[in-house]
Amino acid sequence: MTTDIQKFPDPGLPEHQHRKADHDPKAADAAEKKVAILFLISALGAVLLIYSYIFVREDVWFFIPVMGDTNAKQFGIGMGMAISLFFIGMGAIQWARTLMPDNEVVAQRHEFRSEDADREDFVATVKERAGVAGLGRRPFIKRSLGLALGLAGLSPLVLLRDLGPLPKNELSKTSWKAGTRLVTDPGDRPIRPSDLEVGSVAQILPELAPGQKRTLEDIGKDAVLLIRVRPAEFNLDAERLSWTHEGIIAFSKICSHMGCAVALYEQQTKHLLCPCHQSTFDVTRAAKVIFGPAARPLPQLAITVDSEGYLVAQQGFTEPVGPSFWERSS
Amino acid sequence: MSKQEKVLGSVANYVDERTGAAKWMKKNLTKVFPDHWSFMLGEVALYSFVILLLTGTFLTFWFDPSQNEVVYNGSYEPLKDVEMTAAYASTLHISFDVRGGLLMRQIHHWSALIFMVAIVAHLLRVFFTGAFRKPREFNWLIGVGLLTLGIVEGFLGYSLPDDLLSGTGIRIAEAIIQAIPVVGSYLAFFAFGGAFPGHVFISRIYTVHVLLLPGIFLALITIHLMLVWYQKHTQYPGPGRTEKNVVGYPLMPVYMAKAGGFFFIVFGVCAFLGAVASINPIWLYGPYTPGQISAGSQPDWYMGWLDGLVRAAPPIETHAFGHTISWNILIPGLIIPGILFTGMALYPFIESWMTGDKREHHLLERPRNNPNRTAIGAMSLAFMLVCLVNGGNDIIATQFNLTINGIMWFTRIGLFVIPPIVFVITKRLCLSLQRADRDLVLHGRETGRLVMTAEGEFVEVHEPLSAEKIYTLTQHEQNAPLALPDVDANGVRGVGGMKGKLRKRASIAAAEQVPSPTLTEAKEIEHH
Repeated sequence: MTTDIQKFPDPGLPEHQHRKADHDPKAADAAEKKVAILFLISALGAVLLIYSYIFVREDVWFFIPVMGDTNAKQFGIGMGMAISLFFIGMGAIQWARTLMPDNEVVAQRHEFRSEDADREDFVATVKERAGVAGLGRRPFIKRSLGLALGLAGLSPLVLLRDLGPLPKNELSKTSWKAGTRLVTDPGDRPIRPSDLEVGSVAQILPELAPGQKRTLEDIGKDAVLLIRVRPAEFNLDAERLSWTHEGIIAFSKICSHMGCAVALYEQQTKHLLCPCHQSTFDVTRAAKVIFGPAARPLPQLAITVDSEGYLVAQQGFTEPVGPSFWERSS
Repeated sequence: MSKQEKVLGSVANYVDERTGAAKWMKKNLTKVFPDHWSFMLGEVALYSFVILLLTGTFLTFWFDPSQNEVVYNGSYEPLKDVEMTAAYASTLHISFDVRGGLLMRQIHHWSALIFMVAIVAHLLRVFFTGAFRKPREFNWLIGVGLLTLGIVEGFLGYSLPDDLLSGTGIRIAEAIIQAIPVVGSYLAFFAFGGAFPGHVFISRIYTVHVLLLPGIFLALITIHLMLVWYQKHTQYPGPGRTEKNVVGYPLMPVYMAKAGGFFFIVFGVCAFLGAVASINPIWLYGPYTPGQISAGSQPDWYMGWLDGLVRAAPPIETHAFGHTISWNILIPGLIIPGILFTGMALYPFIESWMTGDKREHHLLERPRNNPNRTAIGAMSLAFMLVCLVNGGNDIIATQFNLTINGIMWFTRIGLFVIPPIVFVITKRLCLSLQRADRDLVLHGRETGRLVMTAEGEFVEVHEPLSAEKIYTLTQHEQNAPLALPDVDANGVRGVGGMKGKLRKRASIAAAEQVPSPTLTEAKEIEHH
């Protein structure tokens, strides 16, 4: 930039504008009253809070447009609290704006960098102190201390080992075995093919042995969806077709993407949709992924009927259910 | 001396004789803080954090962070005699059988949302005005840390009630952990004490949510504020404001009253929202079970972008040598967020590398006066917004009668196409605004008054700006690209290799601007 180009000059801080309350005692009194009124409104809010807490009955409801039915007690306590807090703030700010001095003040900044002499002194001090400690001269101490600190730092990791058991093959196992009856969830009733109309869906779990209790961990792996379509609608290979029964097909309900329950069935298109990330599976093509982030079809459970005519599993799942993990082989 | 003064005097004397605080207090009670509405965004974050501590403490008195099975027997009829975890049952108890309990839950949740909004708004203000520049890089890093922790803390918080919605969120978090190569299933089993969902996770995240993370928050916020105090606040440019001074109101009494009053206003607004606006009605969702879900499952807004990324991921997994790598989880769930947040944390250093600027800065920049930075910010924001839109694709599809597939494809393509377009448009827009400022300074304000001259010609009267306004519009620095040589001493092209080339191009892009009008130019125009 050449020197003969002049920038616009800094005119400096604008002159201070006095407020009415600064020189007119009447205006100042009015401002004071305004602040006091705001604080008094706040006090009323606190009274509303206490009154609502003690006297308003719990079963009173009323309607607020947009918000819907609102509990009067909860509303009274909340509005009381809101008013009491909000108007303290309004009062304080009104006070600051109208009555406290509004002169802007100028303070100077200083560079953070230390003086060169101080910086040199600092370096000299560090060097001298480090020399006294002899860190540089005693490498054996330095290395053994490093080793000790490193190992001590590892110890929390060791101590956290008991947070949980090793996974072993837990992620690959479910409770389904050959001959396990399919029962409804909820209700735990075994079902016959005739219980399921074409187009319908049932949420299924494996039948419990007497005295056995079902845990959420079990449900997280065992949940199955049973869907009935017309057998002609299937587009399956011979093996998969043999896993179905009279148009009834069973899939793991646990999404192969991130483990959400795949609960939305579109009867018209015969698609299963996961509400979490919209992975879409085609029921008639062995739950092939037709849209969304899931990379694998839902595992299919082979089913048939037992001697009493109830639906049972032909065998357990042939692959792990749920989201992928490192040890999964396919 | 009045009685009041005597009491205050003796208290001050008592404290000072033990701490020597008088000297420090004398200096700092008149400390100057610049005033601007955008400086309140960080304050909102701070105050909502305090509200979170207060309401959160209230909730801990009744909440039972346990996954033991209980049978609900409270006053909410539809769930009577239903088996559920103690965590869910105690959340129902707080909502229906503790007076003001639901209110506190709702204030807690609302202030958590506001906390995150305020952090993001504060971050944008700091970014777009260049407040992160030297010497404030440490505070930028702390801020990025607070944002990251805030996302985690919020997620853990809404996971605690163990309802159907939050359990689904935990299920997804578990799937992300499980997808980590080599150690994933081990980490998942350690975190959950066995197979998902287990019975220890709620109590574990409770400790993290109420003790560990709030402790880290307190420490980081304290350092954040101490640095603001010590380094003094930045200020917007204007007449009388320079890099060497700070213009504003003294701490006592004006700033104290305003900031203190503002705390009560934020608290009041949160209480109002808690009173009238229902949030997270967990009783409608029912207790968590892995076999069920409700349609339209949505995380809180600050997780929405992450969920949107996961939804948009292409269905890719690698199966090799008996192992599986889930790219459809790793890329959107860990790799892209990691890149985004690392880039954000490093931005001050990247910018200083591009511009070669190693000086201290205390005057903020108007976003238009740094087109490159503003465009980078707008581009990143556009990326996040596209993700966020996709995070709500199911809701948007049902509300606006669109197909989910359509929105998903829009996102998949939009994530690559929209940010660059936004970059270019923003940069052009900033340069145009600079040009408009230039015209305004040199030709004055258009008044809309038409005057007929003696010759019969119509002209519009332009009113000159005030000296203050002109200074504000012209004071900003004129950047020049780094003078990096094309050839080194031996005449070899490409100094510094790829890195050198990149730096040269980046520095040219960063320096692009419309020259600020000068007094000299204004005088020349006057002569014509």
